[in-house]
Amino acid sequence: MSMPFYVAPEQVMKDRADYARKGIARGRALVAVRYEDGIALVAENPSETLRKISEIYDRIAFAGVGKYNEFDQLRVAGVRAADLKGYQYSRDDVDARSLANQYAQIVGQIFTHEMKPMEVEILVAEIGVEPAQDQMFHVLYDGTVFDQRDHAALGGDADAINTRLNETFREGFTLEQAAKVAVAALSGPDRVIAHSDLEMAVLSRGATRRCFRRIPESQVTSMLTG
Amino acid sequence: MPLFTAQEDPGANFPELLRRMDLLPAVGAGSVDLQVPHATTCVALTFSDGVVMAGDRRATSGHLISHRSMEKVVEADRFSGVAIAGAAGPAMEMIKLFQLQLEHYEKVEGAGLSLEGKANQLSMMVRSNLPAAMQGMIVVPLFAGFDQRRGLGRLWAYDVTGGRYEEHEYVATGSGSLHASTVIKVAYRPDMGRAEAVALAARSLWEAADADSATGGPDTLRRIYPVVATITSAGWQRLDDTEVAQIYTEIAGANQR
Repeated sequence: MSMPFYVAPEQVMKDRADYARKGIARGRALVAVRYEDGIALVAENPSETLRKISEIYDRIAFAGVGKYNEFDQLRVAGVRAADLKGYQYSRDDVDARSLANQYAQIVGQIFTHEMKPMEVEILVAEIGVEPAQDQMFHVLYDGTVFDQRDHAALGGDADAINTRLNETFREGFTLEQAAKVAVAALSGPDRVIAHSDLEMAVLSRGATRRCFRRIPESQVTSMLTG
Repeated sequence: MPLFTAQEDPGANFPELLRRMDLLPAVGAGSVDLQVPHATTCVALTFSDGVVMAGDRRATSGHLISHRSMEKVVEADRFSGVAIAGAAGPAMEMIKLFQLQLEHYEKVEGAGLSLEGKANQLSMMVRSNLPAAMQGMIVVPLFAGFDQRRGLGRLWAYDVTGGRYEEHEYVATGSGSLHASTVIKVAYRPDMGRAEAVALAARSLWEAADADSATGGPDTLRRIYPVVATITSAGWQRLDDTEVAQIYTEIAGANQR
């Protein structure tokens, strides 16, 4: 009987993390920026039908980057968890924090126990009744969770995007201002992203129960050029 | 968080998801005559821009009025509404599950069901209630909505077995349905405008309440009025209580001797 080679756990984890990071860095990035009446989510996504941003519940949105089938599986699991909780208890009991924790458990479990880690980064954003209650949770491929208040960047080049957002973010943005800042941070100084390659949605503090709304391309164009 | 393998995935079906999670209540066998609150007359009719739905607010347990302000006509989603007659408990649960299923489907699939798909979905829910219906917990809904693909208002009636019947003009359900549908039948015209259609729906409930003890009329003392709503290309719009009150004031004035 042959003995398996000993590989140090540090090495195993590092290899998996590198693998996941590489997979995520291949895809395009996504940002979320808080504005006066909600949270704007903007992704660079050439596809019109395969979405990176979607609705989870009345005040909660989901965004994912990396491998599409993996984050889409997480998205559906989130919709199910939220709808089940709202059905069993009350719509008021569904919150982003508990969803983010569940996501972190799943992703973290897969990172340590499975052969292949998930090549995804996800964001769970929730708007409160008041701006002070807005929350964003950023879950990494290994199950690490960050809570972020004003803005978040996911995917390849996230560090550079975050630096740009740190410089440009201001409290009390209008939606147009937030959209401009988000797109400028995504593209960087020496690149222009075609409007048809932008996927944009908002969680907007309005009168309706379901706060999630997609922004069609025509409106994105008028927002960015106006 | 519920995760499934590709083979076991329940898809966008919320009731099936509840079944997987053991959250659907089991229905016992045997027959008992339970005295549970019952909800009554609801009507729906098409007009030039879409459909009108209306329902009274009374729930009864035998001869007792158990609830005065029950809402039996509710928004199912932005472009459809559901009205329910029958045992109040299971009826309200069915409405809740139906609303959730439409929203769940839309979120999981990324696009809403077609109007016919929604009508079919409700039919399956009524059918799954059949064992309970055999014990007296009968639930008979009406479903109406604006079909965005065809650009017209459509409505459906159901029976206890889940049978689904599309009607083109008007439909009524509940203990006062005979009186209500007769009132609509005499005055119905397919090219009615909103005001006329809304007034006719309100009128039909007035006559049903006049002849059927289990149907409530406008309660001016407590300011409780029947729910009247229109569904058009602009979506579901429930009429303001003041507007409904005004219609009933006119009806009452015309009936004074």
